[in-house]
Order: sequence, then C-alpha cells, then structure tokens
Amino acid sequence: MRGPFGKALELLFTGDREVWFIAWTSLRISLSSSIIASVPGIALGVLVALRRFRGRRVVLAVLNALMSLPTVVVGLIVYSFISRSGPLGGLGILFTPAAIVVGQAVLGLPVVVSMTASSLSRLDPLFSEALTTLGARPGSILWMSVREARGPVLSSCLAAFGRVVGEVGVAMMLGGNIRGYTRTLTTAIALETSKGDFVLGLALGIILLAVALGVNGVLHSVVRHE
Amino acid sequence: MKRLIAAALLLWAILPLSAQTVRLRLATTTSTQDSGLLPVLNAPFEKMTGITVDVIAVGTGAAITLGVKGDVDVLLVHDRKAEDKFVADGYGVNRRDVMHNDFILVGPADDPAGAASAGSAGAAFAKIAAARAAFVSRGDASGTYVKEMDVWGKAGLKPAGTWYKEAGQGMGAVLTMSGDLRAYTLSDRATWLSMKDKLSGLKVVFEGDPFLFNPYGVIAVNPQKYPKAKYMAAMQYIAWVTSVEGQKVIREYSIGGQQLFTPDAINQTP
Repeated sequence: MRGPFGKALELLFTGDREVWFIAWTSLRISLSSSIIASVPGIALGVLVALRRFRGRRVVLAVLNALMSLPTVVVGLIVYSFISRSGPLGGLGILFTPAAIVVGQAVLGLPVVVSMTASSLSRLDPLFSEALTTLGARPGSILWMSVREARGPVLSSCLAAFGRVVGEVGVAMMLGGNIRGYTRTLTTAIALETSKGDFVLGLALGIILLAVALGVNGVLHSVVRHE
Repeated sequence: MKRLIAAALLLWAILPLSAQTVRLRLATTTSTQDSGLLPVLNAPFEKMTGITVDVIAVGTGAAITLGVKGDVDVLLVHDRKAEDKFVADGYGVNRRDVMHNDFILVGPADDPAGAASAGSAGAAFAKIAAARAAFVSRGDASGTYVKEMDVWGKAGLKPAGTWYKEAGQGMGAVLTMSGDLRAYTLSDRATWLSMKDKLSGLKVVFEGDPFLFNPYGVIAVNPQKYPKAKYMAAMQYIAWVTSVEGQKVIREYSIGGQQLFTPDAINQTP
C-alpha cells in the first residue's frame, strides 16, 4: 500500500478532478475571506497603532483574545444570523461558498487588526509625526505607514490566510461539506478520516500544506519585487 | 502591468460561481452518503430535472434541526418518532416511506461477551453489559443512537461505566474506534458494509431481530412555514425517490454483491 505522500502526488499528477476542484474551492474561499478581512483589518490596525485613545489597551487585549475564539463558535454565531429563521435569513447564503467566506472573514479580522497594530507600533513614532508636520492628510498617513511597514503588514494578512485555510469548524457548519460545491480540503479531510480512510486524509493534508506554501511564496515574492 | 494581472487573477478567483441552477438542499444521515447510495440515486434526478442536489450529511437529529430552522428543503432520515413529530409540529409535509435496511451488532471476532448466542437484541446487549465488555456508543442525536437507546431500554438497562464509551461522532468514526478498542457497537448495515474491509478484527455478532428494523423516510419542509423553501423541487425529489425508477436504483445498489437497502415506497416484492 502506498503512503500518504505518494497518494498526494498521485492525486495531483493523475489529475484527479475532484481533488483539484476541492483544492481550488479551498484556495478561492480562503483568499476571498482573507482579502475581505484585510481591507478593514489593516485600516483598523493602523488606527489602533497610531492613535492614542482611552481604552486602547483593552481593545488590544480583546483583539488578542478574539484570535483564540474556537472556529465552531464563530460558525455558530454566523449561522444564527444567516439561518432562514435568523435576521439575515432572506439572503439565503447558508450552505454556499459565500457563507464560508463570511465566517472566515470574521475569523481572520482580529488576526489582521492585531498583528498590523503590533507591527506598526514598532515603526518610529516620529514617522507619522513628521508626516503630520509636513501637512499630510490622515488618509495619506495611513497609506504611507502601510507602505513603510509592508512586509509585516503582508505577514499579518498571510497569518489570517493561514488561520482560515486550515480551519474546519466554519467550513463544516456554514458550508455543509457539499460535494462539488462547498467541500474544502479541511472538510474533505474530516470526512475521509471519519470514513476511516486515513491515507487519503493525510494526502489531502499534504495538498493543503502545498497550497498554503504556494500562496505564501507568491505573495512574498510580489512584495519583494516592488 | 504585473500588478494589473495580479489584480485580475484575484478578481477572477474571488468572484462567486454565478451559474443560476436550482439548488435543492437535502439534509440526510451520514449512512446514506457514506454508503455511496446518494450519488448514484441523485445523478439521474439531476440529469432529468436540471436541479442540483446539495447533500448535507449529518446525524438524523441535526438534519431534523436544520429542517425545523428552515435551512434545508427536504429531509431523508431514519428516526420514525422524530419524523412524525417533525410533521405533527407543522415543519414537514408529505412524508413518504423510501427504503429500509437493518441495524447490526458489530463486535470483536472472538465475541468475549458471547452476544452471538443471544435470542434477541436486548438479550445481546444485556450480555455485553453483564460482561462489562467495551461498547462504543454514538452518543449523539443520530437515528442509530436513538435505536441503541431503545435496545438498552428493551434490555431494561441504563448503560454506564468505563466499559461504555460515548464517542459523540459519526458512524464511520465510531466503527473505526470500535476496531481500535476491540469494542462492540450498533451500526447500520450500509455503513458497516462500506467500511468492513478497513475494520479487521470486527465482525457482525448479532443480527436479524425485527426490532433492529431501520426505515428511512423522505419529508418536504413545509412551505407555509418557510415560503423560501424550494417546495416544488422538494416534491420533485420525493416523487423521484419513490418512483418505480428511483426505487429500482435503490434495489440495485450493492457493495460486493450485497444489497444495501430494500425499497419500501411501492409495496410489491420483485
């Protein structure tokens, strides 16, 4: 019997259509949710890092605590909103890829805010002061700070991607693990494991790792070449 | 230019699939999916009607909850009491019998509790409890768990102790655990047949008591309760699985030469 690594290679290179589609679904959903989390996340992170306001420490502590929220709990909360009997039930997005994107964006947001804030607080405080003295508007201060710290900011987005691409709670609860539609690599691993096919489960895990490595590699090279 | 391409690629990646097919949401038990029946049963329906069936495979209890909340359009489940309550409470309409198989007691090949010689399912369970032999229970709200509790009730026992392990997982995972722990468990026949090659050391210890009958029913979610439920598509689906052709698919589905389900919707023996 072939080991999981051989099985992973076999699935990828014999062009197993179902596995390719599952990997693609995972990538598409997790990229979308991390981008949706990153846009407000970076802005909020900059705000928390550069502004001095009352309760700032509390906000940072809460953000850090939110990062340890179990994914199933996030799934349950979002579920209660988008269920047909919930307040946003009219949208009818439960058990679609969009539902997973929403849940994962909620999951990724605190990661982006918290990590962006901590990386920007290491910027020289004179940086934003100097810009203010030079008459820069708040919007351009935000933009230039992000540019200055683009490496760490990208890392925070990638950390969010890492959190969402490997999670199973939200994808299972809100997506429903529907074959050919909302089945992601993580829910497929859970399914194969429950069916006792550990080799296929591990093979899918190796593919998930390859997807995550690929995304990290591409984004790092793009930022370095700017 | 490079950025433009990157942005275009991203946009393409994150735009949702916008194919406007009708999607019917079917909540069902893990047994119908893991046994491989559903893909075979649904493919002709999808081809014939153009409706895509989204299968959400969970335990019967969770499936019925999804129906109560209006999050699915049709149910295919196996817990007659809960099904009747679901309909009586006004959440479901047009329940039909679809098929049945049976539950079996699976256990270590050497049968340490001697359950094989029991005269009934209840007696077999009583022997396991008396021997304090390891038993893995689903421990969830699944149809199989409900049946297991009924059998313990028949035996006049309330299982407890270190020998009795509530797993809280699906049938496949519980069978795998039973294999590792050399334990007994109650399983539906379909999941057992589809997994037994991976479960060396386990065998069917007890079977054949009429009490272990396992009927499946199909129910549409009540459109008066949930106007957005796809009632027409649900009724088309119910019509398909209870039709002569649909019942034929169920009868002819087998693994390793063994038929998994017996169709019930049309009362005639072939």
